[in-house]
Amino acid sequence: MAELKRPLPHPTPETQHFWEGTRQGELRLQRCDDCRHVYFPPRPFCPKCASRKVSVFKASGRAKLYSYVISHRPAPGFTPPYAIAVVELAEGPRMMTNIAGCAQTPEVLALDMPLEAVFEKQTDDITLALFKPVKG
Amino acid sequence: MKRKSVAVVGAAETTELGLIPNLSQLQLHADAALNTLADAGLKPTDIDGVATAGESPTSVAHYLGITPTWVDGTSVGGCSFMIHVRHAAAAINEGLCTTVLITHGESGRSRIGSGRFGASPASLAGQFEAPFGTMGPPTVFTIPVLRYMKTYGITEEQLAMVAVVQREWAGKNPRASYRDPITVADVLNSRMIAYPFRLLMCCLVTDGGGALILTSAERAKDFPRKPVYILGTGESVETPMVSQMADFTTSKAFRVSGKKAFEEAGIAHKDVDHLMIYDAFAHLPLYGLEDLGFCKPGEAASFIWERNTAPGGKLPLNTNGGGLSYMHSGMYGMYAMQESVRQLRGVAPAQVPNAKISIAHGVGGMFAASGTIVFSNQAP
Repeated sequence: MAELKRPLPHPTPETQHFWEGTRQGELRLQRCDDCRHVYFPPRPFCPKCASRKVSVFKASGRAKLYSYVISHRPAPGFTPPYAIAVVELAEGPRMMTNIAGCAQTPEVLALDMPLEAVFEKQTDDITLALFKPVKG
Repeated sequence: MKRKSVAVVGAAETTELGLIPNLSQLQLHADAALNTLADAGLKPTDIDGVATAGESPTSVAHYLGITPTWVDGTSVGGCSFMIHVRHAAAAINEGLCTTVLITHGESGRSRIGSGRFGASPASLAGQFEAPFGTMGPPTVFTIPVLRYMKTYGITEEQLAMVAVVQREWAGKNPRASYRDPITVADVLNSRMIAYPFRLLMCCLVTDGGGALILTSAERAKDFPRKPVYILGTGESVETPMVSQMADFTTSKAFRVSGKKAFEEAGIAHKDVDHLMIYDAFAHLPLYGLEDLGFCKPGEAASFIWERNTAPGGKLPLNTNGGGLSYMHSGMYGMYAMQESVRQLRGVAPAQVPNAKISIAHGVGGMFAASGTIVFSNQAP
């Protein structure tokens, strides 16, 4: 039986830099050149002050586990149970992801645990940013 | 908007609720609409305003033989119908139309003639949420709750109690899908869906529909049913991506919509006799009670545990049994308003004695949108 793949993103012109970054093993965020607000998801203007003067920069990849559920539902490309998580990046923004390299249990997945980005290639075009626990 | 100037003069649900494999989604709209027209003593040709979500207002108007001078197709999830009430009140006050029909119908379980779920892979949610294994509302709407529980020290038992109390209300309602009493242990031992949510903390998936007819308060006196007046309304939206909610312990859309409705109605919390909070999952009444200002942040779980919202409590909540036990077609907001209207007409199966003011508070998408209506049976 062919293994179904997880749904993959179709990048748009405004998000191209993010997906180019993950392909190169970088987590790219944007910062407003006027008010210095750091934001995600990508867009070519600042969601706080509406300035179009914004820059892309490489984020640290450090994050904390902010919240999650552990899904027991069948899903293409996943073996339940698996965590669907939201992490808070060191730079401020939050993003949805999966937690790699650890058991998918409430005992292991403690809120606020430190994490770091890892990059998982899906296709030649698409690499996803996942997060794994930082070894204490 | 002029205050207190519009009333509900027709309200009804579909003839059947639950499993209705013999009706398409469009016919569920029509079945609810025909029951509501009969309730108001009107014919389709008396209607000049149509609002709906799920189907287009064009489809509903044409199917029923209505030629409207005003339509609203606002579709922001299950609270769309609260927002239609708000927009209809403004439209009636502005003279754009006189008699508005708002319909809901959804073949949530049988999926007859209904649309498909899922974000386009080029949308922001398609790019930045779907790749991580989101599988519909049970795995998405639920994501903020662990942060909420950690922030306020809320236990899984307390979350389970929301479902237990609502089942008590459902036990009084012959039309409720699930009526047998349950315990906290039953809830916690039910099948895990998306930790910490068990099956009994998640809404039903059923077929059904409902509709409302609104007109000016002045005309409302001439209709067969006791009018239910619109005292105040609110609406807002926050984000199409749950991961981008500003704060996982509170919904900005709830707060904005609720505050607007209270201010417009000019009422205090103590004036509220009956409350409906859209409960797609067990955490929503907690967020709703706090974001509407009935409880301080973090105190709603204790408020429910101490039976304040249960039968005999001081703030009867989700008295039809809610989305957890009554029915949930997918866009439940219409059923919350139907129960508010039944309570204020004095015909609810679990009637709150002398209820004069009822609030129906809805959520749309997954913490994406909100709509709030303050109803009263007292002439303004």
